[in-house]
Amino acid sequence: MRVYDGRQVVDVESIEVRAGEVLALLGPNGAGKSTLMRLLAALETPDSGRLLYKGREVKRDDPELRRAAVAVLQRPYLWRGTVAQNVDYGLKVRRLPASERRDRIRSVLETLDILHLQDAPVNTLSGGEAQRVALARALALMPEILFLDEPTADLDVTVRRRLLADLERIVRHAAPAIVLITHDPGEAFALADRVAVIEGGRIVQTGTPADVFEAPATEFVASFTGAEFMLDGEVAEVGEGTLVVRLDSGQSLEVAGHGASGRRVRVAYRPEDVVIGPPGSAATSARNRIAARLTRLHPQGGLVRLRLESDGLSLEALITRHALEDLDLKVGARVVAQIKATALHVFPI
Amino acid sequence: MFRAGSYVTALVVAFTLAPLSCDAGPREIVLASTTSTEDSGLFEELLPAFQRAHPEYRVRVIAVGSGEALRLAARGDADVVLAHSPRAEEEFMAAGHGESRRQVMFNDFVVVGPEDDPAGICGFLAAASALACIASSGALFISRGDESGTHARERDLWAEAGLQPRGDWYLEAGQGMGAVLMMASEKGAYTLSDRGTYLSMQDRLQLDVLVEGDPALRNQYSVIVVHDASNLAEARIFAEWITAPPAQALISEFGVGRFGRPLFSPSADSH
Amino acid sequence: MDVFVDAIKQAFHLLVSGDPYIWRIISRSLQVSGLAVLLGLLAGIPLGTWLGLTRFPGRGVAVALVNTGLALPPVVVGLFVYIILSRQGPLGSLGWLYTPGAMIAAQFVLAAPYVAAITLAAVQSVPPELRLQARALGASRWQAMLLHLREARLSLMAAVAAGFGAVISEVGAVIMVGGNIQGETRVITTAIVLETRRGRFATAMAFGLILLVIAFTANAFITRVQQAQPRRRRPLTS
Repeated sequence: MRVYDGRQVVDVESIEVRAGEVLALLGPNGAGKSTLMRLLAALETPDSGRLLYKGREVKRDDPELRRAAVAVLQRPYLWRGTVAQNVDYGLKVRRLPASERRDRIRSVLETLDILHLQDAPVNTLSGGEAQRVALARALALMPEILFLDEPTADLDVTVRRRLLADLERIVRHAAPAIVLITHDPGEAFALADRVAVIEGGRIVQTGTPADVFEAPATEFVASFTGAEFMLDGEVAEVGEGTLVVRLDSGQSLEVAGHGASGRRVRVAYRPEDVVIGPPGSAATSARNRIAARLTRLHPQGGLVRLRLESDGLSLEALITRHALEDLDLKVGARVVAQIKATALHVFPI
Repeated sequence: MFRAGSYVTALVVAFTLAPLSCDAGPREIVLASTTSTEDSGLFEELLPAFQRAHPEYRVRVIAVGSGEALRLAARGDADVVLAHSPRAEEEFMAAGHGESRRQVMFNDFVVVGPEDDPAGICGFLAAASALACIASSGALFISRGDESGTHARERDLWAEAGLQPRGDWYLEAGQGMGAVLMMASEKGAYTLSDRGTYLSMQDRLQLDVLVEGDPALRNQYSVIVVHDASNLAEARIFAEWITAPPAQALISEFGVGRFGRPLFSPSADSH
Repeated sequence: MDVFVDAIKQAFHLLVSGDPYIWRIISRSLQVSGLAVLLGLLAGIPLGTWLGLTRFPGRGVAVALVNTGLALPPVVVGLFVYIILSRQGPLGSLGWLYTPGAMIAAQFVLAAPYVAAITLAAVQSVPPELRLQARALGASRWQAMLLHLREARLSLMAAVAAGFGAVISEVGAVIMVGGNIQGETRVITTAIVLETRRGRFATAMAFGLILLVIAFTANAFITRVQQAQPRRRRPLTS
C-alpha cells in the first residue's frame, strides 16, 4: 500500500502484524513510520492498496478495527481535565459500565505507577508523567493491537530509561499484538520480536532482532543499526561459506558470506566486535589480525571509542574504560585489532 | 470593545478640531431647530440665501425636537432657536432664557392614517374627536414620544379629547417625524404629523391626510434669540433676517415647485 | 461637572429604586441581544468549525468574508434588514418590522460573524493531532470533533461574550428596524439616545451605567480567557 502525503511517500509491498508479537517499525525520522502506522491503524486511507484485518478487507474508520486497534501518538495529546478523566475517554466512548471503568482506570494507573496522579489536572504533569498518562489511556482499553509511536521520544535520558524499563515489563502483557514505532535500534531490539526497517517509505528488511543485527540486508540497515564501514574492496577468493576480500588499501580480510570472485564490495563491521590487544598478543580464534596505531581516544560514558590507523585503513573500536586501563593505551600506541570473519558483512556495490 | 474604541477616537478627534474652528474662518451661529423643518428641506433653501446675504457667518443646524431645542438653548448650547411648541416657548421666555421671540411662519398639523381608514375617522373635522375615535376603535396610533413640538401638540389634543392614551394600540416611538411616518406607513397606523414633513415624504408613504383644517392643528413657528447666546450679535442678525421680507418671500414659495402648494405660510409682523 | 455628578447620583437612585421603565428596557435589551447571540452561536459555531477543520477550494475567500463580517457597520445591516422586512421587501409579509423579531434578526447578522470568526481561531488553536489521537482511542469522527470543540470551549465562551458585547452596545441597527417603541422595541442604547434628546440625563446615565457594566463584564471575561490560554499547552511541549 502507498500514500502520498505532500512530499512524504510510503510505498510498502506488504507488512503483517501477527497475533502475539511485538513488531518494531524501525527507521530514521521522516522515513514514513508514522504514516505507515496511521494506515495500519485504519486512521488514514491509502491511495492504493488494501488493509486486511483477520482476513477481511477494512476501510478507514472500520468500526470493528477502530475498537480493536488503539494508537498512542508520538506526543502525549492530553485533553483538559484530570488524569483519570483522560484515561476514562476511550472507556466512555466504548460505553463501558461505570464500575468497570473505575476498576480499569485504577488498575492501569497502578501498573504505570501513576495512581497518585489520578486526580491531578493534566496541565500540572511533567513530560514523563504526561507520556505515561497517554500510555495508560490506551492500555486501559485492552486493545487487540496497540500502536506505540515513539513512546520515549522527547524525554530526558533518565525519564526515558525508566519508561523504557517499564515498557519492557508491561509491553508483552499490554495487548496480543503490538506495533512499536521507533528511530532507536536499541529500543527496537530490546522490545520487539520482529523488526521491520524502513527507509524512504519502503521496508528494506524484516526479521528478528538477531537477523537484522547480525545480517543486515543492506548498507543502510547496517549503518542505521550501528555498523561502521571499512574501505571498499574486491572479492579475491571464494571458499566454503567464506570470502577473502582484498581492500583497496591493500589488506586482505576473511569474511563469512557468499559472492563471486572479482566482485566489488563494501565491508562493514561493528566497533564493539573489534578486539584490541597489545602487539604480539596471543592469537584468538579471530581470523583477521590487523596491526595498527591508536590515533584518537573518545570517551563515551562507560565506553571508549578508539580510532586506529593502519596503512591507509581506518578502524573504529569500542572497548570498556576498564579494558582501556588494563591495556594502558595512549594515543600513538601500537596495537593489534582482531575481528571474526562472522562479524564482517559485505555488501555489493 | 471595538465600538467603544471608535467612540474614544471620535471624541479625541472632536476635541482636537474644536479649537481650530474658533479662531479662523467664518463666525458660527448655532441654530437649534425642529426635526420637521430639517426633514422638510426648508433649510436647504433658506440657509444658502442667508449665506449670500451674510457671507461672514456660518449657520450650524442642530435638528432635534422642539422640547430639546429649547432645553439645549437654556443650557447655552445654542444661539438661536426655531421652535413650534408655543407653551414650552412661553415657559422658556418666562424663565428668562430668551431675549426675544418672534413669529416666523406657520403651517398646520394633519392627522394621517392608512388609505382605507380602518378606524373611520374621516367624518370628524375636530382632531380631538378623531383621536378619540382611534382610541376607541383600537387601531394603531404612533406617537412621536420624544417631547417634540409635535408630541406636545398631540398631548394637548388627547387632553382636549379627555383621554389618557395607553395600551397596545398606542406606540411611543421616541424618534423624529420622518421615522415615525415611515413606521406608521409600514404598520398601517395613524399619527399626527406636520404637513411639511408629510408632503415631503408623501410619495414614499401609504398614508392619507384624514383630518385637517381644525384651528387646533395650527402649527406656529417662532424664532427665539437666546439670552445667554455666545454669539448674541449674530443670533440677532439671523432672527432679523428670517423675519424680514426677502426670507419671508422665500418661505412662501418653498415647496410650490415640488408639491404645487407652499409648505409654510410666512407670518412675521412687518415690525 | 455638577451636572455630571448629579446625573450619576440620580442614575444610581433610579437603578436601586427599581424603576419599572428602566428595568423593562434592560430586560428587553438582554432578551433581544441574548437571543440574537444564541442564534448567532447556532449558525456561527458550525460555520467556524467547518472553516477551521476542513480544506476546500474557496475556503480562503470564505474566511475573508467571515472576517469582513466582523467590521459590518450596524447601520448598514439595519438598512438591509429594514429593506428586506419592509412591506415592499421580500419578507414584508412576516410583519416583523418594528418588532423585537426584526431587532433579533439584525443583531443576529451582526453577531454570527463574530462567533464564526472566533470559533475559527479557537478551533485552529487546538492541534489537529488531538482529533487523530481521539480517533486512535476509538472515537468516531463526530466524537473527535466534539472533543476538539470541548478543548476550544474557553475561547468559544469568549466568542459568546464578544458577540454579546458587540450587539448589546450597538444602536444603529436596532433603532432602524425596531423603531424605539416604548415597551416593545426600546432597548438600552436607543433609550440612551432618546433620553439624552429629552434632556433626561439621569435616566440616560442609568442606562449608560448598565451598558458599561455589561460591556466591562464581557471584556473582563474575554481578557481572562485570553490570559488563561498559554497555560494549557504546557504538557504538550513538556
